[in-house]
Order: sequence, then C-alpha cells, then structure tokens
Amino acid sequence: MEPIQSTNDFVIRFANVNGSGSASANNLFAKAIFRMGIPVSPKNIFPSNIQGLPTWYEVRVNDKGNLGRRGGVDMMVATNGQTLVQDYNELLPGGYFFYDSTRPLFDECDRDDIVEIGIPLTQLTNDAFTNPKLRQLLKNIVYVGALSHLLDIEFTVLTDAIGQQFRKKPKLAEPNIQALEIGRDYAKKHFNESCRLSLSRRENILQDSILVDGNSAAALGALYGGATVAGWYPITPSTSVIEAFERFSNIHRLEEDGSKKVAILQAEDELSALGMVIGASWNGSRAFTATSGPGISLMAEFLGLAYFAEVPAVVVNVQRTGPSTGMPTRTQQSDFIATAYASHGDTKNVLLIPCDPAECFELTADAFDLAERLQTPVLVMSDLDLGMNDHISRPFVWDDNREYDRGKTLTGEELDEFERNRERWGRYLDVDGDGICYRTIPGAHPTRGSYFTRGSSHDEYAAYTEDSGAYQRAMLRLDKKWQTAKTMMPEPHIKFRSTSAQAGNPLGALFFGTTTHSAYEAIDRLAEERIIIDTMRLRSFPCPQPAVDFIDQHEIVFVIEQNRDAQMRTLLIAEYGFHPDKLVSILNFDGKPITADFITESLKAKLAGRTGTDSSPHLATGGNV
Amino acid sequence: MSYTRPTFRHPEQQKNSKGYHRRDYEGAISTLCAGCGHDSISSAIVQACFEMAIEPHRVAKLSGIGCSSKTPAYFLGKSHGFNSVHGRMPSIATGANMANRDLLYIGVSGDGDTASIGMGQFAHALRRNLNMNYICMNNGCYGLTKGQDSATADKGSAGKKGKPNPFESIDLCEIAIQLGASFVARSFSGDKQQLVPLIKAAISHNGLAFLDVISPCVTFNNTDRSTKSYQYVREHSEATGTFDFIPLQREILTRYDEGATQTVVMHDGSTLLLEKLEQEFDVTDQRRSVDKLEEAKERGRVLTGVIYVNPASKDTHDIIETTPRPLNSLTREDLCPGNDALEKINNSLR
Ligand SMILES: Cc1ncc(C[n+]2csc(CCOP(=O)(O)OP(=O)(O)O)c2C)c(N)n1
Ligand code: SF4
Repeated sequence: MEPIQSTNDFVIRFANVNGSGSASANNLFAKAIFRMGIPVSPKNIFPSNIQGLPTWYEVRVNDKGNLGRRGGVDMMVATNGQTLVQDYNELLPGGYFFYDSTRPLFDECDRDDIVEIGIPLTQLTNDAFTNPKLRQLLKNIVYVGALSHLLDIEFTVLTDAIGQQFRKKPKLAEPNIQALEIGRDYAKKHFNESCRLSLSRRENILQDSILVDGNSAAALGALYGGATVAGWYPITPSTSVIEAFERFSNIHRLEEDGSKKVAILQAEDELSALGMVIGASWNGSRAFTATSGPGISLMAEFLGLAYFAEVPAVVVNVQRTGPSTGMPTRTQQSDFIATAYASHGDTKNVLLIPCDPAECFELTADAFDLAERLQTPVLVMSDLDLGMNDHISRPFVWDDNREYDRGKTLTGEELDEFERNRERWGRYLDVDGDGICYRTIPGAHPTRGSYFTRGSSHDEYAAYTEDSGAYQRAMLRLDKKWQTAKTMMPEPHIKFRSTSAQAGNPLGALFFGTTTHSAYEAIDRLAEERIIIDTMRLRSFPCPQPAVDFIDQHEIVFVIEQNRDAQMRTLLIAEYGFHPDKLVSILNFDGKPITADFITESLKAKLAGRTGTDSSPHLATGGNV
Repeated sequence: MSYTRPTFRHPEQQKNSKGYHRRDYEGAISTLCAGCGHDSISSAIVQACFEMAIEPHRVAKLSGIGCSSKTPAYFLGKSHGFNSVHGRMPSIATGANMANRDLLYIGVSGDGDTASIGMGQFAHALRRNLNMNYICMNNGCYGLTKGQDSATADKGSAGKKGKPNPFESIDLCEIAIQLGASFVARSFSGDKQQLVPLIKAAISHNGLAFLDVISPCVTFNNTDRSTKSYQYVREHSEATGTFDFIPLQREILTRYDEGATQTVVMHDGSTLLLEKLEQEFDVTDQRRSVDKLEEAKERGRVLTGVIYVNPASKDTHDIIETTPRPLNSLTREDLCPGNDALEKINNSLR
C-alpha cells in the first residue's frame, strides 16, 4: 500500500486525554496552518467532563477551501492509551500513525497498510524538563514540533505564535520554544523521508480571512447590535457567548468614570434569564440571552408570553445533542421544532440560521432589529460545531451609517403626533395593515400611552378580554405579522447549477447552518460525476418566498440536516404544504459534524434508488428517483 | 374584564405637590371579590403614591399571576403595567430595572406566586437587592385557583375546604432578611394606618423593599380556623411600634423624639420614624430582626411593622457598577464601537 501523498489536502486527528493541556498545542498547530495561508478547519470532539476521558481534535486542511468535515483520517496523532487501538484502526489505508514510542505499541496494532511514526514523546519531555506539571503540557508541544518537520510547517510561524501567546509572560515562551525544537530535531533525525503529507504556503487563497469561533462572533454581533442587557445561565456550548460579550463590553462599553454601559446578570436559571430579557426589552433596552436545548425547554413559557404580548427578545441558541441532557458536548441541529413552536398554544417564533462566524455576527446584530421591528422573539440558531470551534471566515464588517431599527416604537412626541394625525392610540391596533402595532416604552409620556402588558387575552387597547371575537382578531393579526415577517427574513442562498442542456433540473438540495460546508463539497463532488444538483442554503424560519419557489421548482429536494426526525423537513411540510414525497431527507445525528463523505454516499444511494441502512421513513421516501 | 372609572373630578378635590389628584393614581374598577384584602392594599398604594407626589408615568408596576397579581390593573392607571407569568415577576422586574434605573418599580405578587412557583426568582431578586418595592399579598392560599393551601399557610391552619394544613409554613419575612433584602416589613391589609407609611418608606428605599402584607381571602380562607383571616390577624397582631414616614421636604416632627424611638434616614434623605414598643428593638440589626419574628411566633403573635432596614443599602446597579444613565437611553453613538474597532478585532484574529 502506497502511503498517502498530498500537499495541503488531508485530515489529521489528534487523540488526547481531556484536561491534559492538549487544547493549546492543537490550536497552535491549526493557527500555524492558517497563518501559512492555507484553508484549515479544526474541530473539537470532546467529552462532557473536565478531565480524564478521551478527546479528539480533527483538523482538515484543504486548498480548495472545503472546510466542512470530509470523513476519514490521513494522519492520527495518538497520545491516548485508552483509545489507541480504536485510533489505530480508524486510520485510512496509506495513512500515518504518529504515536508516543516511549512504550511499544500494543500487539493489537497490527496493520501493514499504514506508516507508523514512533516518537518517544514522554521520554524526550522528561529528559528535558523537570517540573512535572510543565512536562505534561510540553509533551503536547513536542509533538507539534515533530509535526512541523514531518508536515513542513514553517518553524518561525510556530515560534511567532508562541511569542504572541505568552506576550505577557515571556518566561513561559522559552520552554515552549525549546519543546518545539526538541520535537522538530528528533523528527528530523529519525524521519527524513517518511511522510508524504505536506504543507506549502499559499498567498492568495485566504485573502483577509479571520479565524474565530462562532460564539465570539455572536457576542460581537450583540455588542454591535446595541444590546445593553444580558441575562443568562451557564450551559455548554453557549456559555462562551456571554463570556465573550463581557470581555468585549469591558473594553468597548465603559463610561469615562469606568461605569458600564451594559448590565450582564448571571440569572438563577433560564426562566429568569429570558424574563430579564423580556423585562428589559419591554422597557426599551436591547437585550439578549444565550442558551442551548435544555435552556430552551425552560424558556418555553416565557417565549409564549413574549410572542403573545409582543415583546422583542433575542436568544442565541447554540444547539447541542438532545433529547434531555443528551450528549452535552456534541453537536446537532435538533432544536428546530422545539424553538419554532416553543410554548403552548399557537405560538410561532422567528429563527435565523448562521453558517459561519461572519453570519453569527451579522445575524445576531440583525436579530435585534428584527425583534424590535416584529416585536417578537428572534432566535439565532447556531450549534456547538459553529459556536465552539474556530472557523475561517470573512472578516467582520460594520456599516458606520447603520442606525438601529427600533421598529414601531413611539417616543412621547411621536405618540402625540400619532394621535393628532391618525386615531386614538391602542397598543394592539393594526394601523398599517401589516400586523405590527405601535408600542410605547414605560415613562415615555406623562399622560398617554401607558398600557398593560399581559399574556392573557387582550383587545386592541390592551384591555383584558375573553371575548372570542377579540381573541380571534388578535390571533389572526399575529398570523398576519408572521406573513409580514417572511418579507423581512434574510434571503436564502440559491445556486442553480444546471447548464442550459439541463435546464429545469429536477434535483435540488436544501441545507442550513453548519451542514452547509460539507453539503457544498458533496454536491461539487457529484457534479464531477455529472450529477447536477441545485442548492439552497436556508437562513431563516419562516422561509421567504424565494425559498418556497426553489422547492416548487424542483421535483425532488434533498433536505440535509443533523437530527433524527427531519425537523426542517417537517416544518416545511407543515408550514408550506409541500408533498412529503418531494422532500427527501439526508440525516446525520451521531453528534459529530456531518461529513462530505456521508452526504455524497447518502445522495448517491438515494439517487440509485436504494434506501440506505437507516430504516427511517424519511430515508425511505423518494427512493425511486 | 376591567371596567374603567368615570373621569369626573370634583373641582375641589385636593391636589398633591406635582398637581395630581388622588384619582390620577387610581386604576380600573376591581373585579376581585368584595372584601378581598388585596383591594385595600391597592388603595394603600394609591394613597402612598398620591401623598408622595410620585408622577404616575414614572412608575412601572409588575406582577405574576393570581388574584393579587391582577391588582396592578386597579391602581396607577397611568403607569405601564406588566402582568407576566406565574411566579416570574422578579425576573421581568430585574430586566426592566436594568433597562431604566430611573423609574419606580412596584412588583405585586401573591404567596403562591412568591413562595412556591416563584420562590427561586424571589430569592434571587432579594440577593441582588434589586431596587424595587416588592409587595406580597399574603392570604395563605391560592385564591385564583380556588382555595388550595399555599406554602405560607401556617401548620394547622384551615381554610374553607376544612382540612388543616399538615406542613410547615414559610415565613417570607425571615427568608427575605436572610437572603439579603435591605428593607423588610410586615403589615395587614386591614391596617391602613400602618400600611401607607410603610409603602412610602419602601418607595424611598434604595434596594429591595419587601412588604409581606397579610391580606385575607374572604372567599376561601377567612374561616375561624385560618390564621390568615381578618379576625385572627386582628386578634393576634403585634406591631413593632408606630411609624411615621417623613419625606425629605417635611420637617421632622418632635413628638417622636421622646421615649423609645428610632430614626432611620433613608438614602434619599427622607426619614423613617419608629416609635418602638420595646426599647432594645433595633431595626437595623439583621440578626435581631429574625429573632424578633421567631419570638413573636412562639408567643402566637403576628409581628407587624418595620422589621429590618439597612439604610446603607446598595442596589443591583450600584453592585454591578452600571452607568448612572438609564441604559435604554443610550444611543448608537454610545453603544456601537464602529467599523474601525471592528477592523482591529479582525486583525487580532489573523
Ligand atoms: C405555570 C402555571 N401554573 C399554574 C397556574 C395556575 N395558577 C394561577 S394563579 C395560581 C395561584 C395564585 O395564588 P397566589 O399567588 O397566592 O395569589 P392569590 O390568587 O391567592 O392572590 C395558580 C396556581 C398558572 N397560571 N401557571
Ligand atoms: S378569591 Fe380570594 S384572593 Fe381572590 S379575589 Fe376573591 S377574596 Fe380575593
């Protein structure tokens, strides 16, 4: 078996022990590749404990810019004895198994189709460093040093990154650089010709891209979007949204006397977190919270209140694996139905779906405008993969002329003007016929515009009523507002790939969020085999008209999502009445980011008329395409 | 359905210093049962706000769910109100207060709302010392869902359904003191003399002022075996003393200066004058206050009046050091760092 040979196109996976300090070494590795101008996509696959369990870090390098997961592993860096045999066997034929040869490999590790690269990491580290705590951390840096030789990482890029990381503690930079050198020198001496995977600097691919995680980006979106109140409760994987928001606020939201132009309160639970958001929004601040599935369950009651009483609220939902506590540190797109219809009664919520950090920033900032324009909750549907992993992204841009759109919020003078020109103001009067009414903020006017906000049935003047007519009018107006919302949603990204010969292509694919990158790659691969599929990346629920048209225009639309129950497909059928046979599901729900290999194979299987191994009814439908 | 009152005003009706009539502080006509204690509390709130010349539109009134939580509809009709969901008034009040620290926040809740479903939110609003006036209309039962025992029903106390409550009760004042409320008082809806000055003092307090007001439910819990009935409270209540509340503008009367008195100066300079029944009762001593409540209970008495005050109280905004400007008044210029700053952030990510 020939060893795999490739420049700037491979997958490397690090198998580590959680809590052993591998994260910073692995990040250093990915950052160095990014700084060499090469597209790189690192993903943490980690357990929900703090220490001791296995954790993996998978880095994809791809010159073509395909940054979803590919599937398969070309090189394994195995430092975890617990998973060594599993890791060994997961390597692709022709791949490279990099391990700590201080001890011999287990007998079960017996393949002749891979290349074994043994480097005595423990021994090298123990020989060089005496401090036991430091030894553990530096062992990881030693393997990065060895990889720098094996894969041709520019050494100065690594040492610069270390220098930057320890800017404030230069004493710590020294042993790190020494560890890098130890690894590099050992590899140089013993493995001159053994690895045919390599990295080579690129000048024109990444342009001005940045490398950042989605949660920091969402936090920046909230900062730029003008959020002044955040109520929150810790939950993986959303906690870092608020941590980053606080970090940015401590720099950008200070008065000259040091007081803060923001209130961030850690609530006692998610009920309270969303309550704070609703109270603050009702009182004219922009407010948000960040949470994940279990938090959404608790927030359901308040989401219903905000929907029915028409109070803006922004929630960043960084989805993780459900149901219940599920796999807290694994990724999924499985909160769509729960959020779209969160709360009892006929409740419908607006969802925005970012696919990369730039969109986390933009859509979170937009969410505040939309929530105020529509006077309703808006949920930004991120996920663990997007939120907690670094991604290459367009840089963040802000239009300095952009004003905050406060929607139909009347100041005291505007209220006077309103009553002079139109009619007596009523909180729930649909003056413009778009279902959106004019609101006032407490304290805005000394004698007019006060009203009672309540979750129980109310008439146009906000008075409590159990009159069926008034109740139905309110519910129908809310539905009208929902129709109006469709015209405000971000456009889907549609790519018609049909050449003229194939005009009227019957095949379309629909995906959203983090599925996007692997989906594009899979569909590009199929195009090389002359299977042409048009694509649409959805960015919101409700869907704007072009999204509905796209589905109408194709005979079969593959709906690719990361959950068991085809939640987006269900929403599409329920809301737009599409025939179920038209929407064919491709579903990944193993808790790991979906791969291009999986999508390619599944699409091929569907197209070949096979139903695949899954017995799900969604997989079975449309099997005769 | 709420009925609005006619707007007719007697020409000679008294005005307060801001030019408002008492009627400007009223709300819709109550739909609670005739004789419900909650209505008396609403009227005490009206009286206190009128006398203090609070501008009605500078008040936000918030509540949870229950008969008690309906009352904000029946006072301060010119204020914005928020009737939230069961037990969650404190978080709504917290957010609202964070958004605009300049308004007066009056939160109304019931004992079911506060001591059961909302216990968590209640506790945390206390420990954050949110600047609000939190009034629990405590009838020892669930009125709106027809008379079930609440967590404040005394052990052995029995309402209309006749079964004595087998469980220990929760004393909200004790909990409030222990969790960090900086003003705690107990009163009785039937004692306007005491209630009105207490509400006034609570309004001028900086931080969470908790008022536990025993407010009999005439329909479900006004039996001769209930410890939250009119008759029981009248017969068993024992005040810490008599009070007067003196806003900053008014001269302090000398009549309290003799005997066992205590003067508490509130953060805005107004004064709470307490003519104490017992010499050693110091309402600023947190531990003694809890003891006092327990001692009264041992004697089968319901202690009313000011129970604890911390005049040096710091509210949530003071604690988290927010700007003195209301957050909801900040503009894009105040809030948005602009594209240059963003470009710097981009550079740090390359
Ligand atoms: C989540 C939820 N659970 C239950 C209820 C039903 N409920 C309405 S009011 C109430 C109790 C009210 O009791 P209390 O707070 O003591 O007020 P009161 O009516 O006695 O003044 C209950 C249980 C509800 N509205 N929401
Ligand atoms: S049921 Fe009880 S608490 Fe409710 S209004 Fe009637 S008397 Fe008051």
